Amino acid sequence: MERCSPMQPLPREPLPDDVAVRVRGVTKEFGSGGSLTKALRGVDLDVPYGEMLLLAGPSGCGKTTLVSIVAGTLEPTAGEVVVLGQDLVAMSSGGRVRFRRDNVGFVFQAYNLLPSLTAAENAAVPLMIAGHPRAQAVEAACEVLEHLGLGDRLSRLPAEMSGGQQQRVAIARAIVHHPRLLVCDEPTSALDAENGRITMELIAELAVQPDRAVIVVTHDSRVFSFADRIATMEDGRIESVAIGEHGG
Amino acid sequence: MLWIAWKMLVGNRVKYLGIIFGVLFAALLIAQQSSIFCGLMFLTVSQIRDVEGPAIWVMDKNVEFIDDIKPLPDTDLFRVKGVPGVDWAVRFYKGLARARMEEGDFHQMILLGLDDATLIGAPEGLFMGALSDLRKPDAVIMDDAGYKQIWPGEPFRLGRTFEMNDRRAVLVGITKASRTFQTFPIVYTRYSSAVLYAPRERKVLSFVLAQPRPGLAAEEVCQEITRQTGLQALTRDEFMEKTIRHFLAKTGIPVNFAITVLLGFIVGTAIAGQTFYLFTVENIRQFGALKAMGTSNWTILMMVLAQGAQVGVIGYGLGVGLAALFGWSSRGLTKLAFFMPWQVLVMTAIAVFLIVLLASLLSIRRVLVVDPAIVFRG
Repeated sequence: MERCSPMQPLPREPLPDDVAVRVRGVTKEFGSGGSLTKALRGVDLDVPYGEMLLLAGPSGCGKTTLVSIVAGTLEPTAGEVVVLGQDLVAMSSGGRVRFRRDNVGFVFQAYNLLPSLTAAENAAVPLMIAGHPRAQAVEAACEVLEHLGLGDRLSRLPAEMSGGQQQRVAIARAIVHHPRLLVCDEPTSALDAENGRITMELIAELAVQPDRAVIVVTHDSRVFSFADRIATMEDGRIESVAIGEHGG
Repeated sequence: MLWIAWKMLVGNRVKYLGIIFGVLFAALLIAQQSSIFCGLMFLTVSQIRDVEGPAIWVMDKNVEFIDDIKPLPDTDLFRVKGVPGVDWAVRFYKGLARARMEEGDFHQMILLGLDDATLIGAPEGLFMGALSDLRKPDAVIMDDAGYKQIWPGEPFRLGRTFEMNDRRAVLVGITKASRTFQTFPIVYTRYSSAVLYAPRERKVLSFVLAQPRPGLAAEEVCQEITRQTGLQALTRDEFMEKTIRHFLAKTGIPVNFAITVLLGFIVGTAIAGQTFYLFTVENIRQFGALKAMGTSNWTILMMVLAQGAQVGVIGYGLGVGLAALFGWSSRGLTKLAFFMPWQVLVMTAIAVFLIVLLASLLSIRRVLVVDPAIVFRG
């Protein structure tokens, strides 16, 4: 990975309106009969473009279920989910796969990097999924990683990097294909305070763009200061939505 | 994405080698045991193979295989000679004789009696003595493996004498010959001598060896011989096939080998399948992440099959290679029958394909049903 070249973002279609994510009356039930669990009990939520929304709340309140539905990895039991102008509920399973591939970037709590791929190769995975040639994808990933300060770690395997470095690779992977929706699940929970701050700064810098929305699921009150708005969930519902320090 | 599948596979060295070992073990066992089986079957027809001149073997209609001798009257030779399309025909004796050696010990031998005038059916690999010496009184030629069996550790020496049916036999030549199924020494002599060495019977003619006229198909001439004489006439290849079929149908050899081959298949499948499944389970979050990021189930399916195909090809190559190496290294050291025709390679490839497919199916089911939302669960 000595030399990298940029990969230009694909041209964007005009945005339908200023709302990237619109959720209306969404419920989600698991199981049936006596073991029926209502994870979401009628959630309404809007996330405009250019905003970082934090989903907060106690464990089991439905944050992960809601973000999974918004990201298109889980189907709601009922309700309306329109993301980037597309109705995810009406979409076929294959359509949701393509939607995620083209429009969604993920940052996971456990990084979920492929242990046998180098940092550059890991960051290039979404481009390879989208069908880009490997060499071209890795070159594009190199540029993002260099921007994230990992220019000297391009050929390292995940096991050879610290937790903070791995999370930065995960961020590079999440944004390398220029998604319009970034979903981050507890991105700082496995990191110390300093690395957590750096991670959130990077997400705020790279991901929060006028044509992009960011949803961050977190327990970590230290990252609240990066949010435009903070939605607090309780027992499957949005209890409150507060303006964050960035949102004022 | 197939490249990612390959990296995922080789990245986990222990599991990778474990899966390859499972396939290798199965391929080795299947190829090796099948080759020994083929080698044994090859031995059963060695004496038909060694008689290279005549294209047609004529025998009693009830003969099932080469060692199933049902003697014919000598006049059958002339009946065969009289069939249109037969260019020439000669007598051929095959039987067992008990020999008493100079040292006083006894040995059972396969006695082959060649036509006195033409010596048709004589061995091709004579390396001591001359074939023409077989025309001398009491002359016999012995195969080198038989010589070593009777006189172990002694150098080859012509002029040795022994007795068969109280008649003197003098060794005038030593030849290479294909090993036989019974592993008895093979003694070649003239037909007229062979009937004297053999125990007295009313009828002594074992086979008539014949050749079709140039331009005529051996199969057609065989049909004509059968039609006119009532005898069983087979081409050389047909007789070999009939002999092998007899051993396949009437002995327990195929079942015994089939059990070993099946065992190799089952154990190989178990090792490869279990290891492959564990590999998949270990990587299930990675597969989930790939699915969350937009990898379709079809691509995931191709990735798992590509992983299976890779270990299958490597395991097959190593297994078959080791089996071949085993056969090659044991060729002069043991009496092991080993013959690896292309059919063994194809059969082993099919078995490995099934092993990989079975091993992959478990993993495929696991990765296809995995919920991409798994990646959001800590």
